[in-house]
Amino acid sequence: MFATALIVFRESLEAALFVGIVAAATRGVAGRGRWLGLGVGAGIAGAVGLALAAERIAALADGLGQDMVNVAVLSIALLMLLWHCIWGARHGQEAARDARRLGSSVRQGQHAPVALAVACGLAVLREGAETVLFVIGMTGSDSAGGIAASLAGVLLGLSIGVAVGALIYFGLSRVPPQRLFGVTQALIVVLTAAIASQLARALAQAGLVQSGATPLWDSSAWLAPDSAPGALLHALAGYDAQPTALQLVFYVGTLLIIVAAQRHTSPQRATTAAA
Amino acid sequence: MQTLPALPRRYHRSLATVALTGLLLLPAARAADPEVTLVIRGHKFEPTELKVPANQRIKLIVHNQDTTPEEFESKRMKSEKVVPAGAKVTIWLGPLKPGRYEFVGEYHEASAKGVVIAE
Repeated sequence: MFATALIVFRESLEAALFVGIVAAATRGVAGRGRWLGLGVGAGIAGAVGLALAAERIAALADGLGQDMVNVAVLSIALLMLLWHCIWGARHGQEAARDARRLGSSVRQGQHAPVALAVACGLAVLREGAETVLFVIGMTGSDSAGGIAASLAGVLLGLSIGVAVGALIYFGLSRVPPQRLFGVTQALIVVLTAAIASQLARALAQAGLVQSGATPLWDSSAWLAPDSAPGALLHALAGYDAQPTALQLVFYVGTLLIIVAAQRHTSPQRATTAAA
Repeated sequence: MQTLPALPRRYHRSLATVALTGLLLLPAARAADPEVTLVIRGHKFEPTELKVPANQRIKLIVHNQDTTPEEFESKRMKSEKVVPAGAKVTIWLGPLKPGRYEFVGEYHEASAKGVVIAE
């Protein structure tokens, strides 16, 4: 049961943290609950669909079907997050400035967090499909512990995953409103770079690029990727103990693009006396 | 948020360009890539030892003959892929430096173990 719980927890952690951070970042945004709920719900539905079609997808593209799906999902997530970091953030920045001045909580008006909702849905889709597939396989197998114990493990793993997501949400909710935007925004920028690094890895696994599996360094002795802090840092910041050159280029490139674009579109530049 | 040290803006652009052209120029699957096959049966890999040439990209075909899915996973080879029941999937590995690279079936880690030996 605990082995099952651990696998399900590992799969759900990344998506749960992602959704928790996004939920904190969009506090006070009109329609946030509806949009994020929709994103997560669609992600779960998609995960079930993807898992049910797994055998068919696996056979596509000469056995690379899943990798192609993975590349597509990560690319769309990356675009959504880039869009949010570059354009969506500007709106929030202004709102945060107003909040600072007025000492009130951030009200971002009618700006619906569609891009973030889609990114949440895709995070759930990615991690969820594997979880569903694992669960389907387990309930259909002659597992020693029996189905009841397995299902208990699934529920336990999932609950702990969701609890960690809730923990980061409530943790972030304690950040003072005038600083909340900056903090969550920084977290989302780093998550975006992490997705870019995952995309680099997915492209290599799909055989679309030949980046070489030779890692640039190996820090697993220093911070093991399967240790709790390593896994957490992987989910939050894309920590990789053995990154390839392409992953690093994608990671740093994404950070640079966001920083450059934010400077370019910074409200201070097109400064107005927004009352 | 702390910003990164200011790079001249032209670098931002060239970095993106390098990344993009890199993607376009890198060769896709070549016919010359060596191919090896791995079978999953009874939550075990067959064979448990795969010898492959080093410094060359390897096309690994994994055929899951069980009625349950399995996840091929190797931290050292940076590979992770679900193999549904009855499916035959392709996994690109390497190029690998000479050495031993352990892999497991994540869903049945106790029995599903193997190693790729690059030489």
